[in-house]
Parts: sequence; C-alpha cells; structure tokens
Amino acid sequence: MNPIKKAQSKYRYSIILLKQLVITDFKLRYKGSALGYVWSLLRPLALFAILYVVFVYFLKIGSTIPHYAVYLLLGVVMWSYFVEVTTNGLSAIVGKGDLMRKLAFPRYVVVLAGSLSALINLGINLVVVAIFMVINGVPFEWRTLLIIPFIVELFVFALGIAFLLSALYVRFRDINYIWEVVLQAGFYATPILYPIDLVLKVTPWIAQLMILNPVAQIIQDARYFVVTPNALTLGSLYSQHQYFYVIPLLITLIFIVLGAMYFRKRSPSFAEEI
Amino acid sequence: MDNKVAIAVNNVSKSFQLPHEKMDSVKSLFINPFNRNHRRFESQHALKNINFKINKGEFFGIVGRNGSGKSTLLKIIAGIYATTSGSIEKNGKLVPFIELGVGFNPELTGRENVYLNGALLGFTKKEVDANYESIVEFAELERFMDQKLKNYSSGMQVRLAFAVATKAEAEILLVDEVLAVGDADFQRKCFDYFRELKKNKTTVVFVTHDMSAVKEFCDRAVLIEESKLVAEGRPDRVADKYSRMFMDEEPVKAIEDGPQRWGSREISIVTVEVSPKKITNKALPLDLLLTIKAKDDIKNPMVGFSIKDATGQIIVATNTKLQHINTGLVKKGDILNVKFSLPNYFSDGKYTLDIAIEAEDASRVYDWWEEARKFTVYEDSPVPFLTSPDIKITTKLDHA
Repeated sequence: MNPIKKAQSKYRYSIILLKQLVITDFKLRYKGSALGYVWSLLRPLALFAILYVVFVYFLKIGSTIPHYAVYLLLGVVMWSYFVEVTTNGLSAIVGKGDLMRKLAFPRYVVVLAGSLSALINLGINLVVVAIFMVINGVPFEWRTLLIIPFIVELFVFALGIAFLLSALYVRFRDINYIWEVVLQAGFYATPILYPIDLVLKVTPWIAQLMILNPVAQIIQDARYFVVTPNALTLGSLYSQHQYFYVIPLLITLIFIVLGAMYFRKRSPSFAEEI
Repeated sequence: MDNKVAIAVNNVSKSFQLPHEKMDSVKSLFINPFNRNHRRFESQHALKNINFKINKGEFFGIVGRNGSGKSTLLKIIAGIYATTSGSIEKNGKLVPFIELGVGFNPELTGRENVYLNGALLGFTKKEVDANYESIVEFAELERFMDQKLKNYSSGMQVRLAFAVATKAEAEILLVDEVLAVGDADFQRKCFDYFRELKKNKTTVVFVTHDMSAVKEFCDRAVLIEESKLVAEGRPDRVADKYSRMFMDEEPVKAIEDGPQRWGSREISIVTVEVSPKKITNKALPLDLLLTIKAKDDIKNPMVGFSIKDATGQIIVATNTKLQHINTGLVKKGDILNVKFSLPNYFSDGKYTLDIAIEAEDASRVYDWWEEARKFTVYEDSPVPFLTSPDIKITTKLDHA
C-alpha cells in the first residue's frame, strides 16, 4: 500500500467522524430558534452596533485610526473566535462523556471538531467584516489576503490551549472557573476595544509586553493587513528588534506541542475518569 | 499473531484508581503541592490476569455476575479502557455495541441521527446513503424519519438504532446485553440477526446474563467471577457453572426496620428457618419454620409467606387465612410457632422468602419482612423452567 492510501485508511474513521461532528454541531447550534442560522450573522452585528455606539460615538476612542469601526469589529471577531475555541475545547471531552464510555474513537477528534465549527463561525463573521469594509470604503487588495497566515496561527494557538484545557478539565473541574477569569483578564489585556497606541503613549514597555501575547500580535497584524497600515504591530513596536516575533510564535508552538502531548498522555484514561 | 485468532487477551489486568474524595480539585494542589498524600487513591481491581483467545468466526460468550468485571473486559477489548498491564491483540475491523444508538441526539431528526450514528460506527455518508432505504425499512419508521428523535417512543429509538447497527460491516462485533431492551418482537429480530451473524461466520463477542442465549448461540464462553477468569470452554458447561455460583448463599442479617421490613409490631417475627439446610432431595418437603412473639393480645393473626425466584417472580404464596387455619388468641408474651410444609417442586436456583403477619381482617400490618431468608435449591440436571416438580412418567406401548 502506498503511504497516502495508508494514511487515508488509518485516518478514515477520524475523518468520517470529524465531518459528522462538525455538521451535527452546526445543525444543533440554532435548533429551536426562530431565526436559526441568521443568528450567526446577527450576533456579531449586534455586538458591533453596541461597540460602535459606545467607543466610537460616545467615548470617541480611536479617532486617529482610519476605519476604526471595522478595526474594532475585526478585533472583536477574532477574539470571539479564540474564546469559542477554548471554551468549546474545555468541555469537549467531559461533555461527550457518554460517547467516551461507549466507543473507542480517537479522542482528539471531538476537540478538533469544536475548533473547526468555531472556524466556520469565524468565516461567517468575517463575511460581516467584509460587508462593513465595503460600507466603510476599506479597499480590498492583495494584502488583505495576508490575514490567512494569522488565522492559521490563531487556529493553532487556540487549538493547543483547547487540547490542554480539555484534558485538564477531566481531572480538575475548577479549570472552567479559572479559565473564565483568565479570559476576562485577557480581554482587557489585549488591545481589542482600545487602540494599543493609547497604552504606548502612557507606558511604552507595557505596550511592548502586551503585544507579545500571541492573540494581541495576531489581531494587530490582521488589522494591519486588512484595515489600515496605521495599526501598530509587533514589528512597529519593536522596530529595532524584529526578531521579537519569535516570542509569540514560540508561545504558540509551546502550547500546541504541550497541549497535544498532555492530551495524548491522558486520553487513554478519559473513559474511566469522566 | 496466529492468523486464525481474532482477539488475543494476554494476561490483562485492570485496576481503577478511585479517589477518596469525590473530585480532585485544584485547591488541594495549591494547599499542599509538595505533599503527595493528598492524592489518596483506592485501587479497585476489576480484572486480574485474564488470558484467552477468540478464534476467527467464533461466537464467543463472556458471562459473569454484575460487578464481576465482564463489562470492563469488553470495554478493554473495544479499546475504550486502557489495560493496567497485559495487552489485547486484534485481528480485523472491530465494531462495539456497548449500547444501541450511541450518540443519538433527541434534537435531531431520525434521518440526521442515522447519519450521525452511522459515522460513529465508521460509515461514510455515501455508505449510509446506500443503506438508508433498507435501514428505514428494517426499523419500520418510514413515516417518522423527518421527525425529531425526542418525539419517538423508546421502542422506535431502539428499532432505529438496531437497524443502523445491523449494517455495520465488522469482522469482529462486540455485543453487550443489547438484548436486555425491547419487547419480544424486537428480541426475536435480535436473535434472527445473531443467527445470520453466526451463519456468516462473523466473529462475535457477546456479554450477557442470559444463559439460554449463551447455550443457543455461543461456540465457546468464558466465565468471569470476582475479576478472575474461572471457567472457559463449552457454553453449556460455563452456563451451568454460572448458575451454580448463585447457590452459595450468604446468611441474611436480622433487620429490625428499613425498606425491607415494616409494620406496627404488636406481634413480630423472631426467627425464620428454612429446612433442610441444603435442598437437594426432591422427595423431601421444604419446611418453613417461624417463631412469632406477641407484645399485645392479638386475636387470630394471619401469618403468610411468599417465595420469589431470582428474577423476583413469585413462585408460591399463601397464608393461614387462605388455608383456613385459625392461629387462635395470642396473648401478650406468648410465642406462636408456625410451620409451612410444602413439596419441593423448585427448580435449580436461588430463592427469597418474604414473611408477613397481618390482622385477621387484613386491616393492619403487624410485621412485614421482605427477604427474611434466602435459600438455594440444587439439582443435578437443572432445567430452565419456573418449577421442576417430581414428575412420575409411565408409558405404555401398544404394539400394532
């Protein structure tokens, strides 16, 4: 058997399962609600409306940044994706306990399925972002496509955390409360609602520290390529030391490796520990 | 591994780590991170050094009491649990039916659930498409496929789940007491499916309590008792050994009150004896001896008993009133002795005895004691019927 065929037959079951879990998750998401899938679009729209009124209309933050509304929305959408993947991941194993106890299937599939359905959601939300880009007159260029590698980076980072959390949650049920707090803190420690320029003006070293967080680095880079070159990136905060890019990448790498290793080590005993 | 072997269980042991406190919390780690004693686990041995091989094409039974470890063994073979030591070797595609309808979601329609359940059993969408019509037909649910599963009756759900399960093209099937659910019609379908599997020489590993099914279908069986393999071989022998296990009776403690005993106790049961101790001889009657003590004057109390078999079915019951026996006026402090003598028509197995004392007009329960005694009947050649009276048979052959 050639190696491709071999891999196909080895992962056949995982692929079938992954597809079906993602489809089911999508079908179940808005079951019973009158508007159904429309909510996928309405939710980010409503959130955007609130943020716009509060930050652009009243607080007048970010008036120095062109297209601040789209800038804001893109950040919020990417942060929500991160939150969704990690919280989905957290409860992925425990929530599917019934399945774990009755079937032997590769356990990583449920975590991966959760992050893929979040990715579908991100795709829908990015459509909303694109609509606002048109309304706001943000030009579509080739560089807009450069958001893709950063989405990949975010996917990998969030997945790494999801693996770690899902396996930890089987043993330590406090994790979900802890993670809730971490996310709250993370939301304010990441320049999502406010431009990082504000922090830079007050205490530059804090801004430099903040941008080392992979989510902050990713959001700023995405804004840079999609919305406006005025968005401050890690590159512009460390203009003399571009190699600092290694740090968020390394953090991402550490999480995915550590998360996958820990998950792999714990997964044989999931069925009996849940 | 030998090519004829489908599953080899090599010296498998399994112990579960049961934490003393219900849930490990992060708190305990913070409070004393260096003290390893905070993780006090109790090891529970579920399986000890199990060895056996299942050949290809064999219908193989795993039998044992509740809690013996047989389901754990099945889950280890299925790959759901990891072994603590030892290994499992498998030769061929394995599909487990630990439960029917795994992953069924009440919010999805019947159709969607077929695809979901199918995926869990390893079908691609195409494969489910190809089998869909026959699944629906087999489940007899043509009109209901677009309704949500939560609107199905439990019988309909089981039928649907079973219909999907029968499509599984496995080389090795693991079946865990799926037969316990469903009505007689459904059980017949199950058995038909088993016969088909047997005809097609599919390797089947079957975990059950049902000894008649073991005798009918299995080519070979093992008996698991207290985490160990205690018998292996011909299914009839293993089934007999299983039945015998229920005969080691444990003494019943006299309980004063509780869910098994209640009543106002103006007069109450003091002792209950079943004689003889070892019930083997069909010719000897079975005697139930009761001593009853009164705390008040009671006129003609009604004393009765019932005997249930292992499944809870009442085999025989009567009381003094039904038999027109007058127990007389029992005065305060008196001891009333009652003896019920009945022919030994019990078949091989375990029985429980309930005793009751009520007022003459049944208006009041003085003492009602369920499972006051347990006893066992031994037979040399057990029959799987409710009773087994000593039957005299005479034949007369008239030659033409």
